[in-house]
Amino acid sequence: MASPHIMAVVTPYTVPAGLMDVLQVALLVLVAAGATALVLTRDPLRQVVLLSVYGVLLAVLFMAFQAPDVTLSALTVGAVILPALLLLTLAKVRRREK
Amino acid sequence: MTPVQRRWIFLGAIAALVAFYLWGLSGLPGFGNYPGPYGDVINRVAVAQTNATAVVSAVNFSYRGFDTLGEEFILFVAASGVSVVLRHLRGEQERDDASADWAMPRATDAVRLAALAFTGPIVLVGWYLAAHAQTTPSGGFQGGVVLASAFVLIYLAGEFLLFKRISPVDITDAVEAVGSGGFAVVGLAALGMGLAYLANFLPRGSTPGAVSSSGTIALISFFVGLEVAAAFLLIVAELVEQTLLARQEAR
Repeated sequence: MASPHIMAVVTPYTVPAGLMDVLQVALLVLVAAGATALVLTRDPLRQVVLLSVYGVLLAVLFMAFQAPDVTLSALTVGAVILPALLLLTLAKVRRREK
Repeated sequence: MTPVQRRWIFLGAIAALVAFYLWGLSGLPGFGNYPGPYGDVINRVAVAQTNATAVVSAVNFSYRGFDTLGEEFILFVAASGVSVVLRHLRGEQERDDASADWAMPRATDAVRLAALAFTGPIVLVGWYLAAHAQTTPSGGFQGGVVLASAFVLIYLAGEFLLFKRISPVDITDAVEAVGSGGFAVVGLAALGMGLAYLANFLPRGSTPGAVSSSGTIALISFFVGLEVAAAFLLIVAELVEQTLLARQEAR
């Protein structure tokens, strides 16, 4: 409370700073790779499945950057409800095509 | 325009974009360095002022509640738009819809079992998230989405008729209206007391982080949870409705 700046709180679960950097960089690379793969995918059904995986990646990234609120939003919207809505839409469109 | 000309225009535009992007990047504060005063002030006063230990929720539903109200109405309008486009009018017939003779494979036992086994726990998690905005990282938005996904699981398990029975469109519409309207009414109530719009007028409790603490923050989060759950449920219901009708007739 006293200092507005970041306080170094050490708990039994505290990860060493160097290790945290490695984790963050690895996750950034994974997210960049996931986004590239998503853009390069052309089949809509595969895009939807990959979008869900990408949503999970983003959620883990936000967690590693200490934003648990955003993690929850990314998990529920990006990984679950958006792919679900897109799947339902695909089902509707394909049905009409037949 | 020839392809060569088009390529030169593209190359010029992309070079300018990259230059501006790099210029902007070079002016950013260092990684993890937050230079503004606002966050520091909020961090210092939020818990003492609101008794909410989740400062993000305090910002979303109190300090910056007016913004959140706007965001909530974006979802409300989007769900209404989906309904307007997809909902069948009375007597309307779709001419070229082959849904009646479109056979979707039945859900396998593994899918049914997993979906039904997860429904209860997911309702619990969703309710927990919606009810604990003031204490831990969570809130009505995330909780509402999780609650809506529990209903989607019931649909996934192949319980079409149950899905339709527990989420009738009339009730979902009403819940959505109550959720989004409730948020606005909480703000109006503050106005009626001579306070600023969305001012926190309820008792905030004595223990920071208690479920009963934080006054209007918990209340608004609850309304947002209702609105979000109903909105997503409504969108899903509109998307699957025709399949449901076709199957009901086939039985």
